[in-house]
Amino acid sequence: MTINRRNVGMFALMALLITIVGVSQSWSVALAILNLCLISSIMALGVNIQWGYGGLLNVGVMGFAALGGVAGVLVSMPPVANAWAAGGIGVLIALVVGLITIVAAAWTYNKLRGTGSYQALTVGAIVVVGYFAMRWFMDPAVDAIEAVESAKTGYLGGLGLPILISWAVGGVFAAGAAWIVGKIALGLRSDYLAIATLGISEIIVAMLKNEDWLTRGVKNVNGIPRPVPYEVNLQRSEYFQKLAADWNMSIIDLSSITVKLCYAGLFAIVLLAILWLSERALRSPWGRMMRAIRDNETAAAAMGKNVTARHLQVFVLGSAVIGIAGAMLTTLDGQFTPTAYQPLRFTFLIWVMVIVGGSGNNWGSVLGGFVIWFFWIEAEPLGLWVMDVITAGMAEDNALRLHLLNSAAHMRLMMMGLILLLVLRFTPKGLIPETRR
Amino acid sequence: MMENILNALVLLANFLVVPGLAYGSQLALGALGVTLIYGILRFSNFAHGETMAFGTMAAILATWWFQSLGISLGPLPTALLALPVGILAAMVLVLTTDRLVYRFYRKQKSSPVIFLIASLGVMFFYNGLVRFVIGPNDQIFTDGSRFIVTAREFKKYTGLNEGLAIKTTQGITVVAAVVIVAALFWFLNKTRSGKSMRAYSDNEDLALLSGINPDRVVMIAWLLTAALATIAGTLYGLDKSFKPFTYLQILLPIFASAIVGGLGSPIGAIAGGFVIAFSEVTVTFAFKKFVTYLVPEAWAPDTLLQLLSTDYKFAVSFAILVVVLLVKPTGLFSGKSL
Repeated sequence: MTINRRNVGMFALMALLITIVGVSQSWSVALAILNLCLISSIMALGVNIQWGYGGLLNVGVMGFAALGGVAGVLVSMPPVANAWAAGGIGVLIALVVGLITIVAAAWTYNKLRGTGSYQALTVGAIVVVGYFAMRWFMDPAVDAIEAVESAKTGYLGGLGLPILISWAVGGVFAAGAAWIVGKIALGLRSDYLAIATLGISEIIVAMLKNEDWLTRGVKNVNGIPRPVPYEVNLQRSEYFQKLAADWNMSIIDLSSITVKLCYAGLFAIVLLAILWLSERALRSPWGRMMRAIRDNETAAAAMGKNVTARHLQVFVLGSAVIGIAGAMLTTLDGQFTPTAYQPLRFTFLIWVMVIVGGSGNNWGSVLGGFVIWFFWIEAEPLGLWVMDVITAGMAEDNALRLHLLNSAAHMRLMMMGLILLLVLRFTPKGLIPETRR
Repeated sequence: MMENILNALVLLANFLVVPGLAYGSQLALGALGVTLIYGILRFSNFAHGETMAFGTMAAILATWWFQSLGISLGPLPTALLALPVGILAAMVLVLTTDRLVYRFYRKQKSSPVIFLIASLGVMFFYNGLVRFVIGPNDQIFTDGSRFIVTAREFKKYTGLNEGLAIKTTQGITVVAAVVIVAALFWFLNKTRSGKSMRAYSDNEDLALLSGINPDRVVMIAWLLTAALATIAGTLYGLDKSFKPFTYLQILLPIFASAIVGGLGSPIGAIAGGFVIAFSEVTVTFAFKKFVTYLVPEAWAPDTLLQLLSTDYKFAVSFAILVVVLLVKPTGLFSGKSL
């Protein structure tokens, strides 16, 4: 990409906006926004890989992000020895039984292809028997695990490894789920993938909410270990106290800013790495092939390209990136809250980022991630202020005024829908259009 | 022994058949709307759930207004009286949306995927609109008598252990669904407009050549969809309760119903709705009591005999969807024609 003054200007403007928040509100708020902007950008990059390169519609971003989040728990939390003793073996056996069932069903399905109802009946029987066998091992084990100090643990815990590993693991989890969905829905009508991803994401989140032995469900997992220092430890160190005194800052502010900066650095490294890889991929013969497939599937297929296999590849890759971002989000939050996974926040907002930023252009997605997240956060005070101005003429206890003020939060949804529609209609190429190569 | 079998059957009717019929009717009406839009405009309308929510919201507001005026339908819920208001509001909404959003892409002959993304934007907007007006919380708007048959009356009348309760809303749902489906099929098969719609869906170019006005067909499709969505949404809200978020969640079973039956096939949408509803209810039903009635006492099961907890009911629609996509992607009734 040639350096384009307009694009650099837009990124500079974004930096300026965040700086303004830093000066006018506080640097802590500005950095919190920046961190989430970085994570959103990575998610948008993932969706862009699927939509921009491949023309694939993923309406289940939420589910893949949640899978990344659960990786954070499973990798970094300390294992709960008592729970493992109580039901670890049972759960493992059950999982193995489940795996065997799936493999056997798939094998039989292929083996008996073309035998009609005989095939359906055999596969059905295998699935039913396997399911009951799995439940037979699973149920007592789960009860035993959830009984272990349910107020504090009640789950198996994780592996107790550094949380940074979970970013990669999150990517692998999401990639695995994407592979299954892609295998089923790709190669059919384009709507089917959208609907299948919608379904899988609902199910993933339902599982995370209900499988207490794995994720503690709605009891949430708190205190996930951090990859960066804790504020309290910073405040205790003498060097840090001296620094605060020298710069004439309150030590609490300084420590919180330092921690957030550490996160920002880590996230920026990941973002830049993924961005670099994506750009390399787009320029490579592989990227050229993907564009050819996206723009004319029939012609690409006629040239001997395996369209479905390439679609599967790009779908898996994009989901992996979303999974990585999901794990990073859990890392930043320091807790895993299954109820926080809302489709509007995790699927549609990311879509708005990609469309607004410019689908097919990686830099565009990054910019879209920044812009949309910034306005998503700042729209709340803004909306409240607008409502306040509109209703200023009304009496203090006017029912309409109170209703409007209470509902201001929902304005954000309408605004985002409107932005998506307007951009799609009037500047379908987005802020940074795809470069013609 | 005979009595035990009867008890078991009544139990099944009470917890499986009646709720399944009601839920199936709601899904079928919802899936009909999705399928109509797919047949005529050729995209999966993700905003359909929110259209249902909007129509229902309008109906609820009208219900409250009627209630405040003291108008009621006696034993029937006032919401039935408010339905036309809700339908009208939804019609205005979807026609405005079509004029402002979809028409442009139709003129451009955009690919279905672009329509789909536009419908995501519309969904976002409606979602905010509904929450803005009525708030994100539960709203209860049922009135009139609650039951057609209560469990106690049934027990007294038959002398069985198990009762069969039929809620008024369940009865209304099934009756309304039958009437509406009959009317819809009469419209599609007997009237000029209906026939032109089927022709348009079958082969757009041929229909245009024979002088069918595409704008009119699209308009009728939207009007029908708005009516179906509002009715489905209001019945669902009466039966369960109205909460904007549930209308986002019901989108998956509705899509599954439409696809299972074959996207674009009205008869398929109805069949699909009942397939999904009954599978969902059956799989999440605890069969313990049922089996206890049928087997000798010594064999009585000590577990719930529930295949899947109710939290996973979405997994049922998804699993069926997956099977259909793997085995017969065109659906039971080989869709894509009205």
